[in-house]
Amino acid sequence: MLSKMVRTVANQLIVFIVIFGLYVIAHGQVTPGGGFQGGAVIVSGVVMLLVAFNARELKKSLRESRLSIMESTGALIFAALAFAGIATAFFYNLLVGTPIFGHVPPTGANPGDIWTGGVVPLMNLAVGIKVVAGLSAVVLAMALFSSGEEVEE
Amino acid sequence: MMEQVPLNFPFLAAALLVGIAFFIVIFKRNLIKLIMGIAMMASGVNLFLVALGYRAGGNAPIYTDVPPGPMVFPVPQALTLTSIVISVAVLALMLTMVIRIYRHTGSLDSEKSRRMKG
Amino acid sequence: MRKVVGLIAFLVLLGFLVWGVLLIHPFGYPSPAYMDDYIIENAQEETGNNNVVASVVFDYRGFDTLGEATILFTAVTGVLLVLRTLKRKEEDS
Repeated sequence: MLSKMVRTVANQLIVFIVIFGLYVIAHGQVTPGGGFQGGAVIVSGVVMLLVAFNARELKKSLRESRLSIMESTGALIFAALAFAGIATAFFYNLLVGTPIFGHVPPTGANPGDIWTGGVVPLMNLAVGIKVVAGLSAVVLAMALFSSGEEVEE
Repeated sequence: MMEQVPLNFPFLAAALLVGIAFFIVIFKRNLIKLIMGIAMMASGVNLFLVALGYRAGGNAPIYTDVPPGPMVFPVPQALTLTSIVISVAVLALMLTMVIRIYRHTGSLDSEKSRRMKG
Repeated sequence: MRKVVGLIAFLVLLGFLVWGVLLIHPFGYPSPAYMDDYIIENAQEETGNNNVVASVVFDYRGFDTLGEATILFTAVTGVLLVLRTLKRKEEDS
């Protein structure tokens, strides 16, 4: 556990890091970015909290049973979206043209529109949840094993 | 063949990265340095993949406010994304094995943990 | 003896890599690729995305992304399996 100044600054900075990571995930179809990149940004914020606080203090907030439920949910949503258009083909983009995320942008250079893309923004969200939960569980397990001994379940 | 040898620098840098990482993997005995050498080899291969698809004077393949001109190839960039995630997964597994070896034998030397005994 | 063999192997590999790199096409002028030109032309009508790389990763080559998500899941399971100490109950008879 580091000094009181480091703990206070880390508590204030984690809000901005999570908001920036969610921005990178949500604008995956307009700007460079996407699911994997935004998930890595949020995991680096969790690592900053792990350095400032003790690993045993962080274990009371991020329980490992909840993290594994989040990761399985992300993987199941990704597989369900892949099977949704099985009538035509596997991984068929069936939301182009419908009012949910279905605008077709004009060809050539244009200022971006968020409500485009079809199935791709929903897949970005699923992959982002999966990456955040998985890598946070790995980093937490390594820190707990090196300091204490009480990783149950 | 010798009248025009192209001096393409990004490919040369990727080849040098892979070569230096190979030297580290052969000659060093500390386990943490071996893992750093493998990560450097992965970085060299990813740089080579991205540099293969460049067109002279090209822009990024994104249509939001793009200046006029040709675009670079998008398929090698997609393959590099997958390769980076796979190398992260393999490195995490290697680091947990090193943690277990250190807890069991008490030293980080690769010569002391060669014999397979219980 | 082992160091001499290792040094020879390293020098052979470095020479082969540098000589092989000088034989590739000059940097910036690749041979024409028809698949990439088709994807750049038609990605905005077929998928409705502005980002061509995201549409390649999740729509044209979505099967590779499914395999990569499986690898990530397996690696996380493997790490959480190795770093685990079971609590021993001391009051076993």
